[in-house]
Amino acid sequence: MIAELGLAALWLAAALAALQLYAGAMAQRGHAGGLAVLVRPAAIVQGLACAFAFAMLLWLFAITDLSVKLVATNSHSAKPLLYKLTGAWGNHEGSMLLWVAVMALSGALIALVERRLPERTMLATLAAQAFVGLGFYAFLIFSSNPFERLVQPAAEGLGLNPLLQDIGLALHPPTLYFGYVGLSVAFSFAVGALLTRQVTPEFARVMRPWVLGAWVFLTLGITAGSYWAYYELGWGGWWFWDPVENASLMPWLAATALLHSASVLAARDALRAWTIMLGVVAFSMSMLGTFLVRSGILTSVHAFAVDPQRGTFILVLLALYIGGALVLFALRAASIAEGERFSATSREGALVFNNVMLTAILGIVLLGTLYPLLTEAFDVRVSVGPPYFNPAGAFFAVPMLLVMAVGPLLRWRRDSLGRIQRPIVLCGVIVLATTVAALAIGEMSILALLGLALSAGLAVASLLPLRGRRLRRVPLAVWGMVVAHFGLAVAVFGMASETAFSQERLAAVTVGETVRVGPWQVTLTEVLPNAGPNWTAIEGHLAASYAGGAPVELDPQSRSFWAPVQQTTESALATRWNGQLYAVVGSEAREEGAEARWQLRLWWKPFVTFIWYGGVLVALGGAIALVGRVGADLRRRTVRRRAAERRAEGTA
Amino acid sequence: MRWWWIPLLLFALFLGVAAYQLTQPKDEFVPSAMIGEPLPAFDLRPALEGMPGLSSEDLRDGKPRLLNIWASWCVPCIAEAPQLERLRDEGAEIVGVAIRDRPEDVAAFLSRYGNPYTRIGADDLSEVQLVIGSSGVPETFVIDGEGRIAYQHIGDIRAEHVPRLLAELRKAGE
Repeated sequence: MIAELGLAALWLAAALAALQLYAGAMAQRGHAGGLAVLVRPAAIVQGLACAFAFAMLLWLFAITDLSVKLVATNSHSAKPLLYKLTGAWGNHEGSMLLWVAVMALSGALIALVERRLPERTMLATLAAQAFVGLGFYAFLIFSSNPFERLVQPAAEGLGLNPLLQDIGLALHPPTLYFGYVGLSVAFSFAVGALLTRQVTPEFARVMRPWVLGAWVFLTLGITAGSYWAYYELGWGGWWFWDPVENASLMPWLAATALLHSASVLAARDALRAWTIMLGVVAFSMSMLGTFLVRSGILTSVHAFAVDPQRGTFILVLLALYIGGALVLFALRAASIAEGERFSATSREGALVFNNVMLTAILGIVLLGTLYPLLTEAFDVRVSVGPPYFNPAGAFFAVPMLLVMAVGPLLRWRRDSLGRIQRPIVLCGVIVLATTVAALAIGEMSILALLGLALSAGLAVASLLPLRGRRLRRVPLAVWGMVVAHFGLAVAVFGMASETAFSQERLAAVTVGETVRVGPWQVTLTEVLPNAGPNWTAIEGHLAASYAGGAPVELDPQSRSFWAPVQQTTESALATRWNGQLYAVVGSEAREEGAEARWQLRLWWKPFVTFIWYGGVLVALGGAIALVGRVGADLRRRTVRRRAAERRAEGTA
Repeated sequence: MRWWWIPLLLFALFLGVAAYQLTQPKDEFVPSAMIGEPLPAFDLRPALEGMPGLSSEDLRDGKPRLLNIWASWCVPCIAEAPQLERLRDEGAEIVGVAIRDRPEDVAAFLSRYGNPYTRIGADDLSEVQLVIGSSGVPETFVIDGEGRIAYQHIGDIRAEHVPRLLAELRKAGE
């Protein structure tokens, strides 16, 4: 009964989306009649219906209803309740339903609160939103029905992918989805604005909070995903340039560019076509990512359940949405003129430069991700990895970091470098000093050296906009920028430091033996088998002491799950303020007559945690800016209302 | 032509390649890292009274065998039981490793679903399972007469897998 209720709600939501699209489209052509008033209510009820459908799915997972196919294939009665619930979206169908539900709820929110845009643009936006939604409803109902029943209820569920039985990963997909979906809203705004040719600063101000929100979630999602990959996959790396990772990085790059170009449009009425273009591209990248990981078209270490039929469905949706939006853009771009002019040395100039760099990095990542797909069409299997991405990305990232340090100090429209000579010299000195210091410490790759030097320069430069101001008077939006830029410097420092100073030891040790890595001494005290509710493992017990200090106990495991069959490595981490010790225990190597030796892999990674502290700071900066923007909007609205009330009193 | 047509052209190119790739069949076969490796030394007590246990020495007498990892608590093992019987009837010798099991449960399982095994060892701590690279039950290995792993089948054996297992067993004996 619950499953049927959910499915019915899904159909209702789909029907409302159709109504929303039809009424919104008719309103564009000027003969909607009474229909136009239906658009907003349709969007609101659609959001509620879809959220209800998702709530029903959660309920089914909570009670482990094994007559529902999705529950039977992805859950198990023995699982803890938390993972039963997260199992609802830890699979293809459930995650698509979550996606649509979040998108429908955002549509409802726009319909409820957004009153600043011209009514026609608003209706066009909601129609575009409904158009995107309809495709996903069709996908769910016809190809990936989460509420499908089994003819015969299963005796027991098949379990959840053990890699996903982890709190980090349970929260990682929804976080990314909020990001993706926020970008779908930006996409709908861009299409709406193209349809009505209303690309104005006001439009940018309306779109900006959505982009900001999406960007905060994407940043958090990527940061969490990277940390999860780092400690769970057991290979000691934090970024693999895997297609699944790129799938979330590409929309983030596009959204970062969009965020900055929307700021130029909002403040200076320039970059109109470019902002719209980025709005289309940002959402296209999240769709493309979904397509790449769901269709099985690319082989990935993350290896999702793959299905060419679903791949085809998403490809058709891609063609409709992105193709349609790009055609519309090509037809209309000429008629939305570029707006105000500015000189190269100005705040706009710096933002444009970094926009171009971000877009270039996006192009590099996109090319590297799609290249294997292209060559496979000619029967050549290649894999593109760090040797391509790192230098190619850095080629554009380095000038971007340099301009990023200076940009926020420049004035809008026209400025001269002479005016900000002193901060430039200061940053240059810091960069040089760091370079010399790093060279004195030891040999390292040129990329690591550049990263260290630039991060130091950027960290100082990012604080300079606060100089000489009363801190309590600085607007939240500026605080947000400062925190985010500083966070990026912290993250870059972590990356560079990990690359430059990491030490690795791989050893086959007997129980009682001690291994040194960096300042650490690690002793294997014992190896024991261990078993959990649905896995067995061998567990190494290590005593690790930093520079002769008191030992910490570490228990890395090599786990085997049987429902479904999978092997995972549970690394063990010892975190200090200046870095992490990373330990992995591997298989046993036993020679005839000799004592058992265990493979032990140890890394000492100085300041590696700064990567994720930085990521969180970047997201925090976005959140501060978002609060500032929304707060300012609310204040403006209150002021306007008070003024209207006073006028009303005056005339009375 | 203005620059705003370029994204559309690139996107069309991508669509073409992706559509072509989707129509190409994918290879689902994943080779195991343990293929060709010798079995590590082990010696397991019998899992069932009245039947011999299993040691790595037993698998070095020149005769290729199937090594079946299973357990009485494993639901897919019930599903594969008839296929194991069929394999035995086709002339395959099957030895078993029972994972974390009790003698009385083993006896109950075998009397209910048939006993295709010539030997069954009891692996109470999953030690053998872990060292031969098996990550779950059921799983079946082809062991050549010299005690090397020749083939690994992950998951339950269904009717369509029987010919391949027999072929791998023949190949291992050559």
